[in-house]
Amino acid sequence: MTTPLIEARDVRVTFDIRRASDLPWTEPPKLRAVNGVSFKLEQGKTLGIVGESGCGKSTLARALIQMLPAEGEIIWQGTTDLLPLSPRQMLKYRSDIQMIFQDPLASLDPRMTVGEIIAEPLRTHRPKMGRTERKEKVREVMEKVGLLPNQINRYPHEFSGGQCQRIGIARALVVEPKLLICDEPVSALDVSIQAQVIALLEDLRRDLGLTIIFIAHDLSVVRHVCDEVMVLYLGQMMEAGATEKLFAEPQHPYTQALLSAVPIPDPEIERNKVLIALEGDLPSPLNPPSGCPLRTRCPRASEICATTPPTEEVAGRQVFCHHPGPAAEVQAVLSES
Amino acid sequence: MPLLEVNDLNVRFGTQEGEVHAVNGVSFALERGEALGIVGESGSGKSQLSFSILGLLAANGKASGSVKFEGREILNLPEPELNKLRADRISMVFQDPMTALNPYMRISDQMAEVLMLHKGLSKRAAVAEAAQMLELVKIPDAKNRVRLFPHEFSGGMRQRVMIAMALLCKPDVLIADEPTTALDVTVQAQIMDLLGELRRELGMATVLITHDLGVVAGFCERAIVMYGGQVMEQSPVDPLFANPTHPYTKGLLAALPRLDADRAMTPIRGNPPNMTGAPKGCPFCPRCDFVEEACADVMPPLAEFAPGRARACHRSIETIEEAAA
Repeated sequence: MTTPLIEARDVRVTFDIRRASDLPWTEPPKLRAVNGVSFKLEQGKTLGIVGESGCGKSTLARALIQMLPAEGEIIWQGTTDLLPLSPRQMLKYRSDIQMIFQDPLASLDPRMTVGEIIAEPLRTHRPKMGRTERKEKVREVMEKVGLLPNQINRYPHEFSGGQCQRIGIARALVVEPKLLICDEPVSALDVSIQAQVIALLEDLRRDLGLTIIFIAHDLSVVRHVCDEVMVLYLGQMMEAGATEKLFAEPQHPYTQALLSAVPIPDPEIERNKVLIALEGDLPSPLNPPSGCPLRTRCPRASEICATTPPTEEVAGRQVFCHHPGPAAEVQAVLSES
Repeated sequence: MPLLEVNDLNVRFGTQEGEVHAVNGVSFALERGEALGIVGESGSGKSQLSFSILGLLAANGKASGSVKFEGREILNLPEPELNKLRADRISMVFQDPMTALNPYMRISDQMAEVLMLHKGLSKRAAVAEAAQMLELVKIPDAKNRVRLFPHEFSGGMRQRVMIAMALLCKPDVLIADEPTTALDVTVQAQIMDLLGELRRELGMATVLITHDLGVVAGFCERAIVMYGGQVMEQSPVDPLFANPTHPYTKGLLAALPRLDADRAMTPIRGNPPNMTGAPKGCPFCPRCDFVEEACADVMPPLAEFAPGRARACHRSIETIEEAAA
């Protein structure tokens, strides 16, 4: 087996939530936004991280590039743990790991031209590069992402959402990263434009051998883009494995509920669909349920779920559930007992 | 007579860059109890269309044409007249429940206001009825939670409050503008289920405005596809999804990733249109694979080609289908 490009081991991110009413010497309540996430990602593969809002998927992405303090281990290319590195030491790796963000316009400085925006990472990471070479590089990458090189002196507001996202992608690619972290890269875009950006990302992955971590709440997009998927809920892993198998035979009740809720553009299918509903609302992440985080809303919850956090491996993929299995079968067994 | 009849509706906005033509000559009819979807991407004019019906356009907006409700012209009615219709006969659910609810008012006060104004109920009776309505939209412990403020609810619950508020007077028409766009998929599924249930129970016609074709497929009987402020195609949903006849509808469906099928997402090339200035020709023509000379100059009329189905395109259905085959 080859060494994974990046491996996360038991990554945790905790925020102190200090309210105005808390006295300064008291211990502030802790919010565990990411709680024990592990994965391995090989060169050239795409990992999808999915979940609903508040599940910690964006926090995880930010933790991977040290935008947030995290605990655990993040092993880069099988040798270096990135988490204990100082910002100065980390700089060396930053050009290998780049990120694109959800809101295409907000992630670009409105007072910089497109050329300046795309050249900025080069100034930081390749300080010895000459001005003409830099400009050449910017033009090259603009062409690669489908922007016209004569737009180099324009400002972000002159571009549409889809084009702004292309600028963001160009800025990330200009330093030739190995890993690209995409945080909801298409959720702000219209359907027709979304498909353009996805097609671009796929081309780039093929041509440049990029490894991608793709964070999204849209499961249909993830199915088309990713080799592997991880499903998060309240900062914890629910299920992870190869995309095709996971979507075809979800074992975890949360994955099943999530998949059944996705609308499918086919009236016939939609009318006959059976929704696997979760009861109630997302519990407060400040006070998550004991044991399995899903248990307060899970149709399969039993006594053991409240006491022991589940760890289980079923058929070559991770399913963190005490009662894994296809929805109907498990339901039948549980209702008998 | 249709319940709501929109005829040649135009919406324009005066801006510094020029006049923005947001909606251009849109006509449709809504029958009693019907679920109609209006689909389009951002800038297609779908929201402005619905705002103009209830006189909710921004100050620089101007609507012209005709909107008839039960045969009576309601477009650009004076405010007091419109207020009699709003929330009582035609009500609306907005996209973002947090900005649509008043953060300084208890849910009970916001909801009671509607009933006191339209039905002349006392405060006490109105609050009791508001609590009942919250129960109908499945908010647990409604009797006590009616006293809460909007920020004390989750996003999904807030949207339920919005829906409950819109239904207080049992309106004939409910206009839902992207009611689930701000919500997670599992919550979206619950809310759409709830809307469908309530629609059948109360027999109200519903106009669902959305960019999500999946939601339309599940909820609507008929749909209108808009692009660049114009209607591209209009059809009952089953044939629309099975055999789209307009290049834009076809492109939109091909660009959509599907959870249940492993097929490539085919993008539509180019960018959305600039809506400033008077439209000339078909707004989709710069992005269309079937473009011909006439497209750039003349907007094709929305012509019926089968019962209940209409399309606005110069090219014949056969040409478009041949290319697909």
